[in-house]
Amino acid sequence: MRVALFATCLTDTFFPETARAVVRLLERLGCSVEFPLDQTCCGQMHFNTGYREHSKPLARKYTDVFGDYDHVVAPSGSCAGMVREVHPTLGESPPRTFELAEFLVDVLGVTDVGAWFPHRVTYHPTCHSLRMLGVGDKPLALLRAVKALDLVELPDSTHCCGFGGTFAVKNAETSTAMLADKMTSVLSTGAEVLSAGDNSCLMHIGGGLSRLRTGVRPVHLAEILASTEEDPWLATR
Amino acid sequence: MASAKEEILARIRNAKVPPVAPTVRGYDREGTGGVELFAERVADYRAIVHVVTDVPEALERLKGKRIVAPHDVPAEWLVDGVTWLHEPLTIEELDQSDGVLTGCAVAIADTGTIVLDGSEGQGRRALTLLPDYHLCVVRVDQIAASVPEALQRLEPTRPLTFISGPSATSDIELNRVEGVHGPRTLEVLIVG
Amino acid sequence: MARNPVTWLGSPTFPKAAHEALADTQLRQNLRKATGTIRGRRAAAVGEMTDWEQLRVAGEQIKDDVLSRLDTLLLQLEESVTARGGVVHWARDAEEANKIVLDLCRAENAREVVKVKSMATAEIGLNEALEAGGVHAIETDLAELIVQLGDDRPSHILVPAIHRNRSEIREIFQRRMGVEVSDEPADLAEAARVYLREKFLTAKVAISGANFAVADSGSIVVLESEGNGRMCLTLPETLITVMGIEKLVPTWQDLEVFLQLLPRSSTAERMNPYTSVWTGVTPGDGPQRFHLVLIDNGRTATLEDSVGRQALRCIRCSACLNVCPVYERTGGQSYGSVYPGPIGAILTPQLVGDMHDPQAASLPFASSLCGACFEVCPVRIDIPSVLTHLRAEAVEAKGRTAESVAMAAAAWVFREASRYEKAQKAGSLARFLARDGRITSLPWPGSKWTASRDVPAPPSESFRAWWRKNRG
Repeated sequence: MRVALFATCLTDTFFPETARAVVRLLERLGCSVEFPLDQTCCGQMHFNTGYREHSKPLARKYTDVFGDYDHVVAPSGSCAGMVREVHPTLGESPPRTFELAEFLVDVLGVTDVGAWFPHRVTYHPTCHSLRMLGVGDKPLALLRAVKALDLVELPDSTHCCGFGGTFAVKNAETSTAMLADKMTSVLSTGAEVLSAGDNSCLMHIGGGLSRLRTGVRPVHLAEILASTEEDPWLATR
Repeated sequence: MASAKEEILARIRNAKVPPVAPTVRGYDREGTGGVELFAERVADYRAIVHVVTDVPEALERLKGKRIVAPHDVPAEWLVDGVTWLHEPLTIEELDQSDGVLTGCAVAIADTGTIVLDGSEGQGRRALTLLPDYHLCVVRVDQIAASVPEALQRLEPTRPLTFISGPSATSDIELNRVEGVHGPRTLEVLIVG
Repeated sequence: MARNPVTWLGSPTFPKAAHEALADTQLRQNLRKATGTIRGRRAAAVGEMTDWEQLRVAGEQIKDDVLSRLDTLLLQLEESVTARGGVVHWARDAEEANKIVLDLCRAENAREVVKVKSMATAEIGLNEALEAGGVHAIETDLAELIVQLGDDRPSHILVPAIHRNRSEIREIFQRRMGVEVSDEPADLAEAARVYLREKFLTAKVAISGANFAVADSGSIVVLESEGNGRMCLTLPETLITVMGIEKLVPTWQDLEVFLQLLPRSSTAERMNPYTSVWTGVTPGDGPQRFHLVLIDNGRTATLEDSVGRQALRCIRCSACLNVCPVYERTGGQSYGSVYPGPIGAILTPQLVGDMHDPQAASLPFASSLCGACFEVCPVRIDIPSVLTHLRAEAVEAKGRTAESVAMAAAAWVFREASRYEKAQKAGSLARFLARDGRITSLPWPGSKWTASRDVPAPPSESFRAWWRKNRG
């Protein structure tokens, strides 16, 4: 299956290991992955901050870049949600865009992707993957099938972590108060790894966990699913 | 200058809200609950519930009390040994009574609700409000399964009171506490 | 035009107000406890319904139908209320509505009136207007009474005193009622019962709001719990009901939807203890003079906005407040309005109708767009979409700012992959700011982030650089 990877600007720039993991994972599952180099950003930051007009040409560009693909996969529920739910309101007819977990489960029909990840992990379902896309339990089903992974339930998992894009700086104190509670939940699990399907939320929670030197490491779902016994995930950062 | 009414209506028309498709009523309008569900749900609100066959016998519990009753309750309900108070009654007389006995118009199984509409055996609204104790007789045929079914049986222009348990409040730390301004005890006799 | 009292004069913008609120330990604790309790109870009350989603859809559609023919339905309501002996008044704004009510109270020679909790009268600042006109309004809902006796402001739509816990309520009652009382909720409720009993029994005029008004029958509907509503709606000789023009449902049958949606969404009960329905005047039963005051106060302006008008579907249940992670932490007073929380963040600025007002314009940004509000809304108001829509209005009203310049620059960069790639390379130099792979301090506005969070050091190679090298 021919699949286009929409890396998202954040992952492309700050978390290349996540995008590389998506490539490795999808190729292992028999997909032919392409990365159109003309891609940039879905326009979510502009749209959500009130700069609707600036987001329009970016939505346009997305359609232009990915329009020929039957399947576009993004390692982000938030950006996939922007494309699917918002781009049509900006006058676009975007190509079918999936968040990674829903692509694996719904399109490829797999839950056991042959991964191996010998760590204690807790999972935060990000708000947009949960409520815009309705990804539900799919990421957890994928994680449960990972060999050697010790999955611990995150208390109050569906509560927002407080990222919210520019909310994190415009209402930084409220964002931090939400972050504090999320970190408390994460720490209560005793997990060594916090996973999620969005690097934006992971950057926020991970930034707090790092500031407090908790030792808990944020790892995108793609990196866990890409990890195998032969080619295991390594803590590179 | 245009009147407030004319101006508001003009502004509404000026908003040019497009018409919408007819409402889809895909929800359950029937319901399946009966006496048992009704009894269970009334009790959930800490009302006292009895299923009885003989109303006068069940009214023995009122003996020795001063009880308000609408003038048109069934004569057999006015058992001996009770001081029955009938209209006209002042607010003070109602307030100082021991309780009130009424029938009802409709009851709702799904929600454990009784509905009064001021018709036969129910009196005006103040009667069931000021006394601290309300004993309500519900006939089995008055129990509607669902809210939609109940509303269908009611005449909206009558003064209606829907009662679900004794008066309560959730205003302190969002926990429900029974007993504020309305009757603090609600007792329901279901006549089977 | 007079200022719309829907926001409190002198309120700071949301981030400033939140700064104070977040530091209030007692407030944080009270809200965490109360919202946590009601969230769980609501989920249970909704969970036992198999047709909840269908009810939500019907609720949305009925309300949209109302908004699409509001003029006709209002005229129909007026006709049916008038035919049953009521008098209908129309008010363009708060000032006009307050004057109508004050004049009606004066006509009855009432110096004191009892009130049923009502958002509409809180929105127009009726109590203050009556007081200025020599009429004292007594709030009879327990939470409203707590707020009134505590010289406080409301912080929740359903439970205005949600920010107070039992021991604070006890203190207020002891101070203002002059009684000894424990902090047991049942004892506090009893204290309120005793305090208000005489007022109910002697009041000549009552003022209420309305949860619904049925256009075809002229029936007004009030849902409550304590019986204070029944007292006000039944005992006085005169009843004045103030309601927003959007509170209509077309037919009696339509109530079957809302009498299921509202109690489960608000107090998390299958049905609230008391619902009163009256139509004009009933001879021999209840008030013999009935006035209905219909208020616009920014609603028709809201109706003009094709995205924003869905806020007028709101049935004031508060479910969105209870699930909102922002509300739970900042409390309701941070929103500077009687309408706090997610619904307040979209309704208040629209009723104010001026995005140049910095406080009102700050409200649509008081959200992480997590979508929990939309998920629970019984009439399916897509609050996140309205928030972003209003953010765009706020940005436009602000004109050129440092932020707008930066956003324009970022958009310009993103429009061309080549520019984006150059920016990536320049940005990756920030990795030299990092120690141990993390950046702990950035200059403004990055400092807003690094005050509580580290930033990962940018990698030396972006993904696209890797792809080009290895796959290109």
